[in-house]
Amino acid sequence: MANAIQKGVVRATLWGLAFAALVVAGVLVGSRGLKDFDTALVPYAGATVFASFGLAYRYAMWLQRPPTRLYWFRGWQIFLKPSRLPANIVLLVRQLFSSVGAQSFIARRGAARWAAHWFISWGSLLAAAITFPLSFGWIRFETLRTSQEQYQAFVFGLPVFRFPLGSVLAVLAFNALDISAIMVLIGLGFAMWRRARDRGALAVQQLSGDLMPLFLLFAISVTGLLLTVSTHVARGFHYNFLSQFHAVTVIFTLLYLPFGKFFHIFQRPAQLSIEFYRRASAAGPQATCLRCAKPFAGRLHIDDLKQVEAALAIKFAAPPATTGIQGTHYQDVCPPCRRKLLAITQDGLWRGHGRPRPEGP
Amino acid sequence: MSELAFFIDSSRCIGCRACVQACEECDTHRGVSMIHLERIDEHDSVQTAPQVCMHCKDPVCARVCPADAIKQTPEGVTQSALKPRCIGCSNCVLACPFGVPNYYGKIDQMMKCDYCYDRTSAGKKPMCATVCPSQALAFTTLEEIGRTRQGTAINRWVFGAEVVETKVFVVVPRGTREVRPDLVQLGGSRHDPFDVAAMLEGA
Ligand code: SF4
Ligand code: SF4
Repeated sequence: MANAIQKGVVRATLWGLAFAALVVAGVLVGSRGLKDFDTALVPYAGATVFASFGLAYRYAMWLQRPPTRLYWFRGWQIFLKPSRLPANIVLLVRQLFSSVGAQSFIARRGAARWAAHWFISWGSLLAAAITFPLSFGWIRFETLRTSQEQYQAFVFGLPVFRFPLGSVLAVLAFNALDISAIMVLIGLGFAMWRRARDRGALAVQQLSGDLMPLFLLFAISVTGLLLTVSTHVARGFHYNFLSQFHAVTVIFTLLYLPFGKFFHIFQRPAQLSIEFYRRASAAGPQATCLRCAKPFAGRLHIDDLKQVEAALAIKFAAPPATTGIQGTHYQDVCPPCRRKLLAITQDGLWRGHGRPRPEGP
Repeated sequence: MSELAFFIDSSRCIGCRACVQACEECDTHRGVSMIHLERIDEHDSVQTAPQVCMHCKDPVCARVCPADAIKQTPEGVTQSALKPRCIGCSNCVLACPFGVPNYYGKIDQMMKCDYCYDRTSAGKKPMCATVCPSQALAFTTLEEIGRTRQGTAINRWVFGAEVVETKVFVVVPRGTREVRPDLVQLGGSRHDPFDVAAMLEGA
């Protein structure tokens, strides 16, 4: 047992190292051998490399759990089935729009919750989409040698497009991080409003699990915005201090990424694969309950579950000696019948002790 | 005096649904009741039984969860799925030996009884046990159960060959050491094809 755990840790560590090496290689190649790499951003890139190690490590550890492993592979198997692939891709795109884009499943749990999550997530994703390529040296902007009024954008060292200084695109490009910070702050406003008022949230929220990520995002967004204010409005007021403080908040968040609540960003997309699994399970033969004989789940799901239970040493299969029936498995009883069975058994114990049936004679 | 614990005695249940209503009023899942009130044999009997989460010591629901979304508190309360993690696969729903968790398709999440953690962690009784008039659901001490009831409270169950110990107790006749929902019974209790009540209802 201890040996297996050790092996698992070693394997996950190797995955972590491999992934971190991949990111380093990406930085080296993408920045043309560090030619485009901005040394001021070294701490960011360093923290990102560490975060990629942590993320891959945790993901690999997670995948070692028998149920995760089985459903992960099963999900891909169902998705990639050649005859279903085109339809699956269409469904995936639709799901990406509703679950990741609009996040409608959260809207159904409450408007404030949805607004908080939508603004925070899209603000953060936008910021990440800008910051990572910038800090890796994959994207950079320069004014043209021939004209100070024209900007040239380089991606992987190749000139991709140019735009004039005063254009809408320029305004958007140079303020995108501010826009994302404002989006995050709007989301945080909704989140704190909800968390301060909703009695359910008040009852169960935890400082480390639920509030800490909000504080981190708040610190990043505010220090980021203050940098812009310092540059454009306050003539560089405390710019150095602010930029260092901002860097510390970002780096701390990067290091926190694999361990805290933010890990759900990487884990939760598994929800998309469950939709495919659910459809495949519903389309196939159904499992019927041993007791009421009604179908209650897909055969695929029940068989997979039995496999998971075997791997976890959950012994729901009844030893034939106790039942007299070969191969009875408690997993073949539907949840409502399980509940009834418990009551019937308890009732039976009392009747065995002479108490009358509840309904009378 | 030992600490407060949760006791179920479904043979005392009168089917009044007070627990179902009270559960709905909980702040963490307002409007949705986590209690299953089962009608045991709809056509032939008025027998009902409430089912709350038994808060297993080594919960099967958490073990089969691919998302690692079900966690236990230090007090041994198995919580409802962590919302950022649950991917709505229904494994826990199908595997829980007591048939407790529910999957809610609209929000794509599992939710289940969490021992009224907001209340019990503050020394209050769970909603359902507070309102249950027959005390089929009771939140009290082992001594009190021993003093007032005929039976004894146990928390050991056997399903197939799986032994499950729970934080929640069930009241059974003295001398009983464990409850074994009898799999032999299963085959025999299917609905009678000549069940007149069912035929009249067109079932
Ligand atoms: S009774 Fe079911 S839901 Fe509750 S802890 Fe045990 S396995 Fe989990
Ligand atoms: S429905 Fe949610 S909590 Fe239940 S097993 Fe699946 S992921 Fe875990």
